Amino acid sequence: MNDPVVILAFAVLAIVMLVSAAAVVLLRNIVHCALFLALSFLSVAGIYILLNAEFLAAVQILIYAGAVMILLLFAIMLTQRAGAIAENPPNNQVGMAAVVAVALFGLLALVLSGTSWLTGAPAATQPNTEALGRALFEYYVLPFEIASVLLLVAMIGAIVIARED
Amino acid sequence: MEVINNIFVIIRDVIAVMLGFFLPPTLVEAIIAVLVISVFLGFMTVNVMMQVWAERKTIAYMQDRFGPNRVGPFGLMQSVADAVKLLTKEDIIPTHADKWVFRLGPIIVVSTALMVYGVMPFGDGMVIADLNIGILFAISIASIGTIGFLMSGWSSNNKYALLGAMRAVAQMVSYEIPLVLSIIGVVMLVGSLQMSEIVKAQSGLWFVIWQPLGFVIFFIAGLAEINRTPFDMVEADSEIVAGYFIEYSGMRFAVFYLAEYMSAFASAAIAVTLFFGGWQGPLLPPYIWFLLKVWLIFFVMIWIRATLPRVRVDQLMGFAWKVLIPLALLNIFLTGAILQPWYQGLVQGLAK
Repeated sequence: MNDPVVILAFAVLAIVMLVSAAAVVLLRNIVHCALFLALSFLSVAGIYILLNAEFLAAVQILIYAGAVMILLLFAIMLTQRAGAIAENPPNNQVGMAAVVAVALFGLLALVLSGTSWLTGAPAATQPNTEALGRALFEYYVLPFEIASVLLLVAMIGAIVIARED
Repeated sequence: MEVINNIFVIIRDVIAVMLGFFLPPTLVEAIIAVLVISVFLGFMTVNVMMQVWAERKTIAYMQDRFGPNRVGPFGLMQSVADAVKLLTKEDIIPTHADKWVFRLGPIIVVSTALMVYGVMPFGDGMVIADLNIGILFAISIASIGTIGFLMSGWSSNNKYALLGAMRAVAQMVSYEIPLVLSIIGVVMLVGSLQMSEIVKAQSGLWFVIWQPLGFVIFFIAGLAEINRTPFDMVEADSEIVAGYFIEYSGMRFAVFYLAEYMSAFASAAIAVTLFFGGWQGPLLPPYIWFLLKVWLIFFVMIWIRATLPRVRVDQLMGFAWKVLIPLALLNIFLTGAILQPWYQGLVQGLAK
C-alpha cells in the first residue's frame, strides 16, 4: 500500500471522484451532471481495484456506470420538455440542504472515528471472486434471496404501473 | 517450433530484460506496457482496414458484383485510400452541438472498443493483462461504450442522431442481459472468469459442444450488441439516415467505423475464446489459429449481413425479452443440472 504508484493512483482517482461529484451538483445542464456522475462511478471502481476488489470494481462499472447511468440518461432525454430546458432544478432549499449535509457529515465522522480500522497488510491477492460467491450462496444465502425477491417485486410493480390498460 | 509459437512473448521479454539493465523495474513495466499497446493499436487498425475490405468484397461477390477493385491488387488498398481521404477532410462541428460532449463521444466509443482486447488471449501467455475477472472485465467495459453512443447522439442536437442513440441504448441494454446470461454456462463449467483458464479448460472438447444453446444465444446477442445486420436498427439508413453519427465527418466519423469493426472483431474473438477453444489447435502457431477462427466467425457475420433483412424495433425487443432471456435461463438451469453430483454419478455408472 506504500507503493508510490498506488498512492499516486489513489490521489488521481480521489481527485477525479470528488471534482466530478461536485460537478454533478453544481452544473446547470442536467445531462452534463449525469455524465459527471458516470465519471464519479468509474473513479469509485478504480479505488475498488486499488483495494484488490476487482470483482466489485467490474460489477460497479457494469451496473452503475453501465446500466444505471444509461437508464438515468435515457429517462432525462425522454422526459425533456420545452419549458424546463435541461436545467438542474432550482436550488431554493439551501437551508434545508445545509442541515441535512451537516448532519450526514457529522454522522459519518462519528462512525469513521469510532471504527477500529484494520491497519495491517491486506490479505494476499487470491482470487476473491470465488470467496465472494461462497459467502453469498452459503453464509448469506437468506439475505441474498430476500434481496432477489425484493427486486422481483419492484420489477413486477414497475411493469404493472407502466401498463396503459 | 516453441520459438515460433511464442515469438511475440519472447520479443517482449527480451526487450524487458534489456531495458532492465539500466532502468528501474517500475519504469520498465510502464515502457513495456506502452510498447505492447502501440503494437497492438497498429495491428488493430490494419486489421480493421482488412475487415472493411473483406466485408465489401465478400458482399459484392454474394451480390454478383466485383466490389472494390481499382486501388491496388484486388482493391486491397481501397481502405487505406479511404482512411487517407477521411483524415484530410474538414472537421465539422455543428453550431448548436454541445462541443465537449460531441468531441468526447467518439473517443469513449473507440477506447472502450479497444480496452476489451486487454484481456483477450491471442496465444499461450500472449495477453496484455490476464485478469482473474477476464470475461467480466470485457463485458463491463463494453457496457460503458453505450454512454459514448448516447453522448454523440444527444450532443449532435439532431433528431435523427438522438433517435439513433435512443435505439442504440434500448437495444444494447436489452441484449446485454442474454449476452451475460449465455456466458454464465461456460463460466459454471470452468469455475473461473479468467480467459486463460477458460481456454485451457477446452483442451479436450470445445465448449460449443457442451454449450450449443449458449453459443447460439451469445452469437445472436453479440450481433445485436455490436449493431450489425439484422439488428442494425441503430443506423437504419432508410429510416434515420445514419443514426447517432449523422453529424460527424472526417476522422471523427472514421473513428466510429473503427470502433464498430473493432467491436465486431472483439465479439468474434470472445466467441472463439469461450466456445471454440481459443488459440488451441494443431501444427500452426497459436496466434495464427486464433486469428483464423476469429476471421471465420467474422465471415459468418458478413454472410448474415448479406442474407438477412433488418428486423423491426418491436420484433427486436420482443425477441430479446421473450425468447433469448428464457432460453439463456434454461441453459443455466441445464448446465447446473449437469454439474450436479447425482448426474455425474449417472454418467459414470452408464460408462461402466
